[in-house]
Amino acid sequence: MTPTPISSLALSASMAVAAGLIGCFALMRRMTLAADALSHVALPGIGLALLLRMHPLTGALAALGSGAVLIWALERRTHIATETVIGVVFSAALAAGALLTTGDELLEALFGAPGRLAPWELGAGLVGAAAVIAFVVAARDRMIVTLLSPDIALTTGINVPRLNLLYLLAFALTVALGLRYLGVLLMGSLVIIPAATARRLARGLRQMLLISVAVALFSTLVGVWLAQRLDRGSGPVIIVVAAACFLITAIRRGEN
Amino acid sequence: MPAPAYALTVEHLTVRFGSSEVIRDLSFSVPEGSTLAIIGPNGAGKTVLFRALVGAIPYEGTIRWAPGARIGYVPQKLDLERNLPITGGDLLRARARLDGASRADIERALERLRIGSEVLGKLLGTLSGGQFQRLLIAFALLGNPTILLLDEPTAGIDEPGQEQLYETVHRLQTEQGVTVLLISHELSIVFQHARNVLCLSREYTCFGVPRQVLTPEFLAQVYGAPVGLYLHDSHTH
Repeated sequence: MTPTPISSLALSASMAVAAGLIGCFALMRRMTLAADALSHVALPGIGLALLLRMHPLTGALAALGSGAVLIWALERRTHIATETVIGVVFSAALAAGALLTTGDELLEALFGAPGRLAPWELGAGLVGAAAVIAFVVAARDRMIVTLLSPDIALTTGINVPRLNLLYLLAFALTVALGLRYLGVLLMGSLVIIPAATARRLARGLRQMLLISVAVALFSTLVGVWLAQRLDRGSGPVIIVVAAACFLITAIRRGEN
Repeated sequence: MPAPAYALTVEHLTVRFGSSEVIRDLSFSVPEGSTLAIIGPNGAGKTVLFRALVGAIPYEGTIRWAPGARIGYVPQKLDLERNLPITGGDLLRARARLDGASRADIERALERLRIGSEVLGKLLGTLSGGQFQRLLIAFALLGNPTILLLDEPTAGIDEPGQEQLYETVHRLQTEQGVTVLLISHELSIVFQHARNVLCLSREYTCFGVPRQVLTPEFLAQVYGAPVGLYLHDSHTH
């Protein structure tokens, strides 16, 4: 067993903090389906990048960015059945991605494989996570007012369409950050499960954000460590730990 | 004599949803500091008018606010999840930070609306209809509005609470010259508080001073049935 380098730990921890924060607003915006589907769209991007002999992350980022803009455009057209379109488009993206990617690369893309970190990957990852965290902190008040009512938000001078787009791009960036550890199938779960756990326990927004971040951090760090001990892929173990946190709080809340 | 200053001027406003015209060629203006009541049966487009005024839906025609207008919008009904983890305090503090309002401003808004401090710690989904409505008005006041758009603000509030609320709005007008646009089904309130009334219905539109416009015959035409002075309606639009 090789010890986990501090740099890799720092990256996984910052990714978890970003996922915990961004997930709270995904849950409150009732976009859990879109969140999960959006993470799948990274696969064809990874496949294309590998075909073109580029770094898989660049393909994933391009595909996720396009997916975020697509969801944003769909949300603005209220007369379209958004969920249906998201279901069809993103399932098709997953299928196309699976055709483009094969063998070990497909497994790694689907479920994550930490591997060795290049210095630039570490730097880009930390900057990306910092950008997501800074966005949530800076836009938190505007997002709360928009959650209350987009119409009220307009009267307070908030540019609601721009805020929604920025949120979706921050979401896409968070998914990209987690691909290394969780893969396209499971990253959506790390965004949603800690936030869902926090919502069961929190008595206000601050508590929700803090609990969600704590659960995401705990799941990721314990998951990465356990995966090494058990010689398993990190993604599934992280999600099993997160799901266990959710189940424990669900049972405890049920008892009260 | 100087021309009256208008807080809002609407000219030839038309709002369409698909092929159906909900508002057709509507024109009116609201003098600064006055109250305009908007009445009409359900489905006549009252809430649609407010949504067009705040720019939430596309429209044809002209909507002109006075320069520097700050709008405080209080919708009638919001689609919030019961377990949304946002408290009254979260909401007011968010608004205060956005508008550079202080803690003292929050306390003053709470006091004005007679909201107990316990509301700050309660989740929005657990507030009573009246508490939530007053919280929304307090939220609007934190933006230091020059115009208040109130969509049936007393729905779900008991009678003493209603009087307090209108008293508060009236005080804002006299102290700060706030202009009020008020959707209400209660004609007694319209007669008591509104300088002008705008009636919206599919067939008729009228605008003028309540005592001249709201004759029993006209109301029967607008609502399609004889209407008493105290008209209550708890339906949503």
